[in-house]
Order: sequence, then structure tokens, then C-alpha cells
Amino acid sequence: MIDDFIWMAGGPQGSGVDSSANIFARACCYGGLHVYGKREYSSNIKGMHSYFHIRVSPQEVGAIPNKVDLLCTFDAESIVRHIWEVFPGGGIICDTEVMQTKISNIPSLPSAFFEEFIKTLDRNGMHHETVGDLLNEARKNNVNIYSIPYLGILTEIGKEIGEEQISKLTKMINVVSLGASFGLANYDKKYVEKAINMIFAEKPQVITVNLIAFNKGYDYARKNFKDAQINLKTVKTDEHRIFLQGTQAVALGKLAGGCRVQTYYPITPAGDESEYIEENQVFEVEGINEAGAILVVQTEDEIAAITMATGAALTGARCATSTSGPGFSLMVEGLGWAGINEVPIVINYYQRGGPSTGLPTRHGQDDLRFALHASHGEFPRIILCSGDIEECFYDAAVAFNYAERYQTPVIHLIDKALANSNKSYKTFNTDLIKIERGELLNGADIEGKSYRRFEFTDTGISPRLPIGTPGTIFWYTGDEHTEHGHITEEPMMRTRMHEKRMKKLETADKEIPADERVNFFGDKDAPATIVSWGSTKGAILEAMDMLSKDGYGVNYLQIRMPHPLPKEYIEKILGKASRKIAIEGNYSAQLAGIIKEQTGIPMDNFILKWNGRPMSSDEVYEAVKLILQDKAPLRQVLISGS
Amino acid sequence: MALKISDYKTTGFNDWCPGCGNFGILTSLQMALSDLDLQPSQVVIFSGIGCSGKTPHFMNAYGVHTLHGRALPFAIGTKIANPELEVIVHGGDGDGLGIGAGHFVSTGRRNLDITYIIHDNGVYGLTKGQASPTLKLGVQTKAMPKANINEGVNPIVLGLAAGYTFIARSYCYDVKHLRETIKKAIIHKGMALVIVQQWCPTYNNINTKMWYNGEDRIDPATGKPIPRLYKLEESGYDGIVRKPEEVIPKTIAAFTRAYEWGDRIPMGVFYQNELISTFQQRISQRISNYLEAPPARQIISNKNGKSITSIKKMLDELKVTG
Repeated sequence: MIDDFIWMAGGPQGSGVDSSANIFARACCYGGLHVYGKREYSSNIKGMHSYFHIRVSPQEVGAIPNKVDLLCTFDAESIVRHIWEVFPGGGIICDTEVMQTKISNIPSLPSAFFEEFIKTLDRNGMHHETVGDLLNEARKNNVNIYSIPYLGILTEIGKEIGEEQISKLTKMINVVSLGASFGLANYDKKYVEKAINMIFAEKPQVITVNLIAFNKGYDYARKNFKDAQINLKTVKTDEHRIFLQGTQAVALGKLAGGCRVQTYYPITPAGDESEYIEENQVFEVEGINEAGAILVVQTEDEIAAITMATGAALTGARCATSTSGPGFSLMVEGLGWAGINEVPIVINYYQRGGPSTGLPTRHGQDDLRFALHASHGEFPRIILCSGDIEECFYDAAVAFNYAERYQTPVIHLIDKALANSNKSYKTFNTDLIKIERGELLNGADIEGKSYRRFEFTDTGISPRLPIGTPGTIFWYTGDEHTEHGHITEEPMMRTRMHEKRMKKLETADKEIPADERVNFFGDKDAPATIVSWGSTKGAILEAMDMLSKDGYGVNYLQIRMPHPLPKEYIEKILGKASRKIAIEGNYSAQLAGIIKEQTGIPMDNFILKWNGRPMSSDEVYEAVKLILQDKAPLRQVLISGS
Repeated sequence: MALKISDYKTTGFNDWCPGCGNFGILTSLQMALSDLDLQPSQVVIFSGIGCSGKTPHFMNAYGVHTLHGRALPFAIGTKIANPELEVIVHGGDGDGLGIGAGHFVSTGRRNLDITYIIHDNGVYGLTKGQASPTLKLGVQTKAMPKANINEGVNPIVLGLAAGYTFIARSYCYDVKHLRETIKKAIIHKGMALVIVQQWCPTYNNINTKMWYNGEDRIDPATGKPIPRLYKLEESGYDGIVRKPEEVIPKTIAAFTRAYEWGDRIPMGVFYQNELISTFQQRISQRISNYLEAPPARQIISNKNGKSITSIKKMLDELKVTG
């Protein structure tokens, strides 16, 4: 196991779970630690339960295991929901007054959860009337309970700042308990104060009260729980690191990749990306005095989002739209139009649990097949799947190169787990961002020549000219068309033009090297091979470490471009793999199906999950180990997460 | 050298039905562009789906034949990325007021400097004559199995409510009036909506040329038909807003005229307001050099193919150590 520490904040939405977690994470980063954070929330504005995992380690970490070292609760529900996740030796920070709360009186606990919870307690002969009863059970398990008089501390804060109405201060509970967390660890206050100043930089009027609340919580814990053993120590580092969430990485990649028009319709969890871009829409351009800028347009729906981005792309600008499953469902007709008209556009597609509204704020990886097949008719498309936040950055940039080189839509598949997790990284290397515009012409290139937008070529790629270029005229149409872009229904022209378009996929398949399409980890001769895609990467890599410590050899083929599928590479790897294990966040093992369809190679075992929560490293480890021990069923379904 | 009407014509076969109102619209558009001396390569004609959707293919100008109901968002995308282009959108009444009604409304809110021409003939021609959104309740054109069960939407009223800053009506075979109306719409600084009353000789046997001409009602004094269409300007109407305090009274006056139908149908400019900021102006407030360096004109890489967009400021904000 990595020498790490896992902190979790839980509370009702609107109570500051997010901001306390962000302060916690940044304070740890400032102390030289690596951080990986994962946010879980409901489709709700205020009142429903939400929580945030922060994993801290001297080394880089990319997943969350099934354990919590310190659970920091703002309300009774957070205790009930997460109490059994706290490991022996760990602790729970809670309100002194919450002890008397009857579990049956917590209104926001869903009955499905409550009934199952009580049944389990009964089975184990545990008391379960009040939250205090539960905490006593946890104590028996060697979990430390750090109860803090939230109300008393709020009253003290009120006195200091001259606020008599304590109800106005309840939103400070998050920072009080955050303070207590750091107090228990005797962590250097200056890092936390720096984080508070940073998080509230745009609201300077609240910084003082937050600093007071933090100090009160911190000092209370120092005074009352002197003996607490919390393993959170700063480390020295000179490395230039950044801390960011997935949506920010995508946004930065798009900006660096030259995106100049971004359209979107509000949707979870994609919306954060567009808002972040809009906040930073004017930027410096190296070697040019003038500022650069990206237009961000919030459209009336996702049909307008994709069609507006497409219209903008006709002018030669790099354009994208960003959405989630329900939005992409609406975009499909626009996707087909861009396909038949050979328009380079990028769709950053954040998957969440579907179908329909499904699990609007929860994780899912069920849209690979949809991304691959969306739209009637056939046209080439390129699909990229990022496995972690850093890949999100580079993929978001390179997506535009593929879109312009092959003049076709590129779908960049991301997911909720990547969108809403955050992680510390060595800062990104923008020197690695290359701009390849493919066969993009300007007016001078066609002077004295006749130009046809959809000219037949051996590669299928027709040199592209921005609309509005003087010296020629051409047309675009969603109908089948001639080389000039006029409508045709002639069978010969249809045969040739359709073939020309489809040929671009073969060209892309030939030209794009395998190392841009797959990652391969582990010993190539290992007796088992994991095949996966997307955000499972972090959990898989950690599970591989754990397995190797147990003496099990496993390697891992991460598919980053499932279309066009790098068949030869896959055949080379899987052809000699004795046991092939598909790990995917969906019911039907979609990637495994695509690989079987295109290479004939079936998987031997399946590890699948669709409960709306990302895979934990522990559950992947356990499931793979069972397979290696020949004890596993063909298909294992993972269920961890609350 | 001044441009001629023929400079905007294409040579391909025009497959609209003989006598189709679209011919009058096409000719008027070509005349208007030639009057304004707009280079074909500077103009982009967008269209949706249906008979009117073929308009770009009959125009020697950049043409984008889009999806049913979606011409507006495509056109907006092109216009915002390259505001130097003259963007004109053609669509049928089904295209813009049925399947594309959401875009119709949102486009009014944005007030881009675009011209939107609706070919309003009351039927879905290309799918063989079903009722379109402007067909009145109870009307049964010849291909409909039953009379229309829906009330017709009033595009001028809807346009006013949505915020179009130029709203006019014209008629497909009053080419002189239509040509002038299209010119006014193009010159207008903001989002212009032109509703063109158009007959469909194949499927709309109610709102025919004879009906518009009033050939069913002969003036006993002159022995001539009394046309249904009349010109707003000739009736002393002035829909142009010149001062902020005129906005409400002129909007109300436009609403009142917009509800006239049947025996007297007004044509001309119902409403025009150039006091409202255009979308381009609004963008310029956020991005000061937008008009000089719109998305289509920005350079994104150096000679070595390296990105020149600096994300340093953002990375610095995200920096935690080092």
C-alpha cells in the first residue's frame, strides 16, 4: 500500500463540502504532498448528501481505495452513510450534538438505503437508535470519535465578529471541522491559511471569518485531542506542480490546441469546462502583440450548440462543443451533417450514467457504442478516450489536429469521474502541443486554379478552404453532393463520394501511430492482460501495484483511440495473452465487444460496474486477484461506493 | 465594375415547380445583392430543408444547405467566427416556425447582423402538402385529408416578442417591393426578419396568386380586383424607432398591424430599431479586438507548428508548488 492518508468531508449540499475539500486539498499540495480528490454529489441544489474524498500521499496517486482515515462530517447523515468506511485506527469528526439524533429522523436518507442499513445492523446485533449508538459501535472497531461542539464554536466566532444570529454562521461548520482535521494532524497552519486566502480570493469579505473559524477548529482539536495520531506530514518539493480538475484540464488543452469558438448548453458534468473557458476567454499569444480570444456561446439547446460550432468551423477557425450523454443525443443530426460535409469539429463528451436523464451527477462509461454509431448513415469519425486528467489535457488539444487532418468530427470521450476529480501534477508541458492543420488552404493557394471543395483524392482528403475566401465559390449541403458541393442523387457520384469520405478513416488508421492510440503498462510477458479504457486507469494501475506485491503479474492495455481501432497492435498484444480481462464501467463490456467484432479476439473475464460510482483500486485488485486464482465467475460486477 | 444580376446566378437546373413563388424570391435576392454591389464570395447563403432549402444552390455565392430547422444556428456560427461575411438565411415557415421555432426565438434575443428570409406558403411542399405552422385553423389545402386542427402562428408577432430588430413582410411576386425590403434588411444593423408571402402552386390552393390579388372580389366602381396586400408605408405607418421612448408605442403599433389578415394584409417594415446593441457589439465589450481578430482570423501556431496560445496565466493560477 502507498503510504497515504484519506480524508473525506460529508454534508448536505450547500454546506460547503466542496470548498472545505478544496481548501484541504490545496493546503496539502502547498505542503509538498500529492493529492487526488473525488467529488460525489446529487442532482440537487441544497440539502441532499454530498461528499468529497481527498487522498494525500508523498507520491502521485490516481484512484481512491475503499477506506477513509479521517471522516469529517457536517451532519448526521454523513456519519450514517460513511461510518463503516472508516478504518480501524482512523477517526470521525462530528458535532457533539449529533449524538442524540435518531437515525430514523434523518429526513434526507432514502428509504432504500435506510432499510438495507438497518437490516445489516440487525444482522450484526448492533444498536441503531441514535447516531451515538452507531459511533459507539465504531469505537469498538478502534475508530476514534472526535466530537466537536459546533454550536459553541460558532457562538465564539459570532462574538468575535459581532454577529449575534448564529444561524447566519452555520455555513462556517465546514471550516471549523476542516480546522479540527488539521489540528488533529498538527499540520502547519500557514499552508491552510494560504489555501483559504486562495479559495476565497474573489470574496475577500469572507476570508477573515473563515480564518477565524479555521483557527477555532484547529485550536479546539489541539487542546482536546492531543494524542490523536494522524499521519499527515508535509514534504519538501521543488517541483512545479499544479492542482486541477478534469474539466479544467480539458479547457486548457482546448485553448492551447487553438480552439477559438466554444458552444455549449448547460449540462452536468460538462458545464464547468465552458464556464472556466469563458472566465479565461482572453489570453496572451506568444510572438503577437494582440491578445487572442475564444468566443463562448451558451446556446438554446445542444442542437444549436453543435450546429453553431459547425457553422463557425466552416470559416477555418478551430471550434468545439462540450456536453454529456443527453446533450449528445440531441446533437446527433448535427454530427451527421458535419460528417457528410467533412467539417472538422470536436465534441468533448462527458459521460454519466444513462440512459435518458439516468444518473445526472454520477459516473458512467456507457456511451462508447453510442459515440461510435451516433447518426444515421456512415461517415468517418475519430474517438479519443482519456484515462486521466493529464491525458484529458493533451487529448483535448490533439483532437483538433485529428479533426482538421481528416476533416471530420472527433469525439473526445471523458467521464464524470474525470470531470469532477482533481489531482496534483507536475505542470503540463505546453511545448508538446503541436498544431497540425492538415490540408488547409488560403486564397493564394488557389489563384488561377479551379477549386472543388470535395475534390476526389487518393487519401479521401480534399484540400479545405475557409468559406468566404475570395476567388472561388463552393457549396455545402447535407444532401449527397458533387465535388463542388451541389446536391446529387446520381448513383455513380454517390458511390464515389461516399467512398471518398469513408476512405479518410483508412488514411487515419494508416497515419496515426499506435503510441497515440494505446498505452501499455506492465511486463509484456505477464500471464494476464487487462483491457480497458477511460477513467478506470487510475484504479487499474494501483491494483496492478498491489497484485505485483502479492506476486501476480498482470499487464494492461489501455485503449485511447477505440475508433479507428488500432487492430494490429491489439492483435499483437492479445494474440499472445493467455488471459484477457475486460474492465469497463458499463453493463455490456462495450469495448470488449468492439475488439471482438474487429479482431475476433474474445475476452476471458469481465469486471464491470454501473452503479454510478467510479471503480476503487481495492475492488479492482480483489476482482483481478480472484480471476488469477481461478476463483472468479466469467463476469464480476463491482458495487463499491456510497 | 458593378455586379450584375447574372453574376449571382448558377447554371444548374432549377427544379422548383413552374410558377413557384421561390423564383420571385430568388430574383429579388439577386437584384438586392447586385444593387448593394456585394461580391459573391463575401456573401454566404444559408438554408434549411424543403423547397426553400435549395436556394443556395441556385445562387452564385457561398452556400450552406443545412438541416431542417437549423439554418439559424449554423449561420450564427459562421457570422460570429467571421463577422466580415454577409450572412443571409433562407427557410420555409415549417423550417423556421415549426421544427426550428426554438432557434427562431433565441436568434431574436441575440440580435446578430444577419438577414433571415422566411418563405411563407402555409404548406410543407417537398413532403407533398401537409399543413405548416402558419396555416390558419380550419383551412384545408388540397393535399390535406382533413382541415387544419391547429391555429396558425403569427410570425411577425413572434418575431416582435423574440426581439428581432427589423421585421418586414413582402410578397414573392412584388419583386420591386421584395428587392427593396431585402436591401433594407441587409443594411439594417441587427437581426432582420423578412416574411415573404408566397404561394405554392402545387399544394396551397387557398392562398393563391388570385387570392392575394383579390380576384374573388371585384371593386364595383372600377371593375378591378381589390388586392388583399397593402403597403404600410403608403398608409402613413412608420415603424422605425428613433428614440428609446418610441420602443413601446411602436411595438404596440406593429403588433396591431401584425394581426391584420384576410381582407387586408399589410406589407412593408413593421418595426425597426437600431438602438439595440448587436451581438457583435456585445462581444466587443468582452473582447476588445474581436472585430479585428475574430476567430477566423486568429493565428494559432508558429512556423514550426507549435501552439502560440499562452495558457501560462491559467497554469499559474493552478500552481501549488515550485
